[in-house]
Amino acid sequence: MPVTAVLILAAGTFAIRLAGPLLRDRVTLPEKVNDLMTASATVLLLALVAVSALTNGKQFGGWALAAGVVVGGLAAWRKLPFVAVIVLAAATTAGLRFFGVA
Amino acid sequence: MTGASFGAISVGSGLPWWMPVLMSLVIFAGGSQFMAVGIVAAGGSPAAAVVAGLVLNARHLPFGLAIGDVLGRSPLARIVGSHLLIDESTAFAMSQKDPARARAAYWACGVSLFFCWNIGVLVGALAGQAIGDPATFGLDAAFPAAMLALTLPALKDAATRNAALTGAAIALATTPFLPAGVPVLLALAGLLVFKKKEAPCPSPQS
Repeated sequence: MPVTAVLILAAGTFAIRLAGPLLRDRVTLPEKVNDLMTASATVLLLALVAVSALTNGKQFGGWALAAGVVVGGLAAWRKLPFVAVIVLAAATTAGLRFFGVA
Repeated sequence: MTGASFGAISVGSGLPWWMPVLMSLVIFAGGSQFMAVGIVAAGGSPAAAVVAGLVLNARHLPFGLAIGDVLGRSPLARIVGSHLLIDESTAFAMSQKDPARARAAYWACGVSLFFCWNIGVLVGALAGQAIGDPATFGLDAAFPAAMLALTLPALKDAATRNAALTGAAIALATTPFLPAGVPVLLALAGLLVFKKKEAPCPSPQS
């Protein structure tokens, strides 16, 4: 992660945030655009979840990894605290690998 | 705690401890930070990480349009206030009817979350350095699990869920053939099936 990329992302994010208060007297977004922007955030995040849970960037990433993410997802669905989600996911994957599951 | 997790997972994925700290200070948008680190950790290009992060943060534009006058009208208030524009501070401000209270709620929530988030990331990043090989500790599973937990509430909406599942399928199907990071961006094609059901709107005339 180069510092330049971080700074570009930061500057772009700040511009998006500042644009709202500056333009609010002149611009109204159609509700459809609003909804699409909100949905696109979820679409991107879930896609990254799928790719990083099931692949190593090229092919299937192994059962231990997939099982860990499933356990974490179940924990989140059961409304367990965020830390528990992460610890359960990591522990599942680590445990399976310890017992030789790839 | 989300901040601490972000710090620890980032360091676990191979970044120096100050990188997640810097990101949290200057970007201050958790989802896009997870996104950018995740794409780069998976071998994706920094450019893909930046584009994905910016698309993710585009939702802040309607937030600002909706509650922009809550920040205050002086240039300084707008500049500092804009940096604090996040899901939580927006929700707090919108929950208040009275403009003065909305303003107080916005600033109180924004400032306190800014400090909590950044301190959490710093603690997590320093603690993360103590962790050895990330694969042994299952840190590669912690990362998607964290993002799944962040995404889950939004998936309750059927239209969003359909678009997100379609997008995820597209990303998975193209992963073997495309450079890392690109499939995630392609997932945005899932928005083509995004159809919000018209909410039944009881009008006074009917």
